[in-house]
Amino acid sequence: MLEVEIDGKKLTVPGGSTVMDAANSVGAYIPHFCYHKKLSIAANCRMCLVQVEKAPKPLPACATPVTDGMKVWTHSDSAVKAQAGVMEFLLINHPLDCPICDQGGECQLQDLAVGYGKSASRYEEEKRSVVNKNLGPLISTDMTRCIHCTRCVRFTEEVAGYQELGMPGRGEHSEIMSFIGKTVNSEISGNVIDLCPVGALTSKPFRFSARTWELSRRKSVSPHDGLGSNLTVQVKDHQVKRVLPLDNESINECWLSDRDRFSYEALNSPERVTKPMIKQGGVWQQVEWTVALEYVANGLKSIVADHGVDSIAAVATPQSTLEELFLLKKLANGLGVQNTESRLRQHDASFATAGVQWLGQSIVELAESDAVVVVGSTLRKEHPLIAQRLRQAVKHGMKVAAVNPHGDDMLLRLAGEVVTRPDQLVEGLLAVLKATVEIKGATCPAHIDTSHTEITDVARGVANILAAGERASIILGNLAVQDARAAEIHAVAAALAALTGATFGVLTAGANTAGAELIGFNAAGDVFATPKKAYVLLGAEPDFDTANPVKALAAVEQAEMVVVLSSFQSCAYDYADVILPVSPFSETSGTYINMEGRPQSFNGVVRPLGDTRPAWKVFRVLGNLLGLHGFDYGTSEEVRDEALAAGVEARLNNNAVAHVHVKARAAGNGLVRLAEVPLYQSDVLSRRAPSLHATVDAQVAETLRANAATLAALGVAAGDKVKVEQGGTAELVVALDARLLDQVVRISAGHPLTRDLDSAAALQVAKA
Amino acid sequence: MLSKESLAKIDRELTKYPAEQKRSALMSALRIAQLEHGWLSNDVVEAVADYLGLPPIAAMEVATFYGMFNRQPVGKFKLTVCTNLPCALSGGADAGKYLQQKLGIGYGETTADGKFTLQEGECMGACGYAPVMLFNNHTMCNHMTPEAIDKKLAELE
Repeated sequence: MLEVEIDGKKLTVPGGSTVMDAANSVGAYIPHFCYHKKLSIAANCRMCLVQVEKAPKPLPACATPVTDGMKVWTHSDSAVKAQAGVMEFLLINHPLDCPICDQGGECQLQDLAVGYGKSASRYEEEKRSVVNKNLGPLISTDMTRCIHCTRCVRFTEEVAGYQELGMPGRGEHSEIMSFIGKTVNSEISGNVIDLCPVGALTSKPFRFSARTWELSRRKSVSPHDGLGSNLTVQVKDHQVKRVLPLDNESINECWLSDRDRFSYEALNSPERVTKPMIKQGGVWQQVEWTVALEYVANGLKSIVADHGVDSIAAVATPQSTLEELFLLKKLANGLGVQNTESRLRQHDASFATAGVQWLGQSIVELAESDAVVVVGSTLRKEHPLIAQRLRQAVKHGMKVAAVNPHGDDMLLRLAGEVVTRPDQLVEGLLAVLKATVEIKGATCPAHIDTSHTEITDVARGVANILAAGERASIILGNLAVQDARAAEIHAVAAALAALTGATFGVLTAGANTAGAELIGFNAAGDVFATPKKAYVLLGAEPDFDTANPVKALAAVEQAEMVVVLSSFQSCAYDYADVILPVSPFSETSGTYINMEGRPQSFNGVVRPLGDTRPAWKVFRVLGNLLGLHGFDYGTSEEVRDEALAAGVEARLNNNAVAHVHVKARAAGNGLVRLAEVPLYQSDVLSRRAPSLHATVDAQVAETLRANAATLAALGVAAGDKVKVEQGGTAELVVALDARLLDQVVRISAGHPLTRDLDSAAALQVAKA
Repeated sequence: MLSKESLAKIDRELTKYPAEQKRSALMSALRIAQLEHGWLSNDVVEAVADYLGLPPIAAMEVATFYGMFNRQPVGKFKLTVCTNLPCALSGGADAGKYLQQKLGIGYGETTADGKFTLQEGECMGACGYAPVMLFNNHTMCNHMTPEAIDKKLAELE
């Protein structure tokens, strides 16, 4: 510990602290631009110059380590003079266009110029101007405003993992840019907008739509992946204008993924439904809520009476709130219906755990592991900020290994990697298990047969990492949980964890996947396997949210009655009988339980659009209409408290219900499809955000990808069109993905272009 | 994009640094690529970056920072005149002017016959021999009086 005096205040700080750290700890504000707590120190803006005793000239606080007995003055005459001098230089080339700048009102340069700038400039020469750059559909540029702090450059390199921005040129000629003709394609690129201390990088979708002081700031929780990022939703005239991160060190830190940040566009989409509608004689008619609800109540009652309770299924997505799921289940159960389900993308009906699947630890604890094995996950796309956490942890010594059906670059140094065919993920894990058994000198659990498994070098590599880790973790991603052999993957991964003492966790796919499990919503298994007479679909789109869209659509199309509760128009017009407009997350209060089992409640940030109503209120009224008991809730908090009455922690359990017998299967040698749900098709909101769909990630999802050998065997080249036959057909453009194994074709699932494909059917690809 | 010989030379540079720090060999690799192509086009910069496993923008930063890397095609003979203060005080500025007049081009320009390119350079660390001029990045010419310049140009013609 070192003793230091800042502005006359004595304090002790740990060795290695900088003057900036010390000042922050006592709340002394030092003006700065290039310094950011999560980025490396550049010390190139010079704004944080402070006076230090015995130093002949001012020193930059962000890059000056504290020494014992140091005396620092952050606002002495000498310090202020130095800071004002730096400010004068920063303003030399900065345009005076604050009135038309989107950053105006939330600009660090503007704020500090008020404190340190002069009212007029002494600079009379020509200002330089810099050509704007095209950084893609999300980031808008005004490069003349740039003050070259390089925060954005350091972000892409250090946090996003790949340097997409740089500062070519020297001195007067240096400019921030991407490589010629390239855009910024990171899945967390939007954070550079927050980082930019001036108006050089601003949000393209938000551009010129509101001034910062007109916006009210409201807290919310991200409705996408299982992380549960905390949001500041900015609102004007009852419309969501933009979404910014809310700092939460234990969840999203100060970052947001682009999906969290830009999917709000969907909330203001013209596709929103605002009136209840009933289909009568094949024609859609807008009706009052009372009429629609009566219709639903009577319809459900008569189906139960005519066909029995097993003829109805209530289906929801994991983006529904805990309150909605709880009341939907209560409603269904009140009618005697037990078929409620939200695991719509699960292929393996036999996969079930004894309790709520979760990360097995907190997110912070995961990042503190010294070895992590990721199984079956496109981590950067499924859980962008978990990938970011691991990337930072790797720099501090964590070893990350992957067992995956693809070789996607996680943009971190992988210590080991097993790449398998998509249908051989189990065998890949078995090889790791066998290697671990060998290393540990242990015996393999009886229910797992590794006698036909060969240990590969890569498997041994992963096993070594796992065995050497003192705090190891094994985490299953979406690809693993949604795999056709999920139960076997789970069994082998759990055995690996038991053998090595590693923490076993599941990266929950949806914002409320854990919540749905917690209240026992998932009771039906595959609700589309045997078609029902009636379906109640809460936010679920059978053509995109399900493991097998062909079967799901067929099931809802043949149903006598389909009640759709949704915020958006969709092809529900074809199969639904009633459409009830319900609120998206921004217009209702609710609770999501994230992957670490943490319930996070939020309030609506805007009032419901048109006649839209929060779904929990709709269920409350329906419950009363149906004459069911216990639907007299006044607030969603009462619903939540009832749903969470039994607590969360005790229910978290990743153990399998029963031992699953696992035996290696011989690898097939035909074409096999890797069907992943693309980043921006994961839920109803991201599907309808136009800017996200203009990104490279969204364009890649539209292609069929395979390695060079596979493409050659198919007789096609990148850029060609191919016809895919798998149950139905799809026409896709071919792209190269060199890191896939032979005979693997990567075709998106849950995507409009591939909705006719049946992932269980035989696959054929031919040049179109 | 890069010849076998160039790649072999870059490989040799790579052996001087730890395997995970290929970035260290970037300047050498760009120099070698420039020797082959005469200048560093975007494609060449990207090819070098790819070969070293670096983001192309990282190579671009280096290629645009140093004056000795040509980002535009240059003539057969590139003359870089130092105009930093010690040289300027000892006739460097005059040497530059004389060259401009003699060749009929300004700084950063190439003669129509593609023979000469004239550039302004930063201090070459030889102020005692001012004014100095660098010929094709590799040969230093000292005491560049008008006579010396005439003599040098005659040699090159």
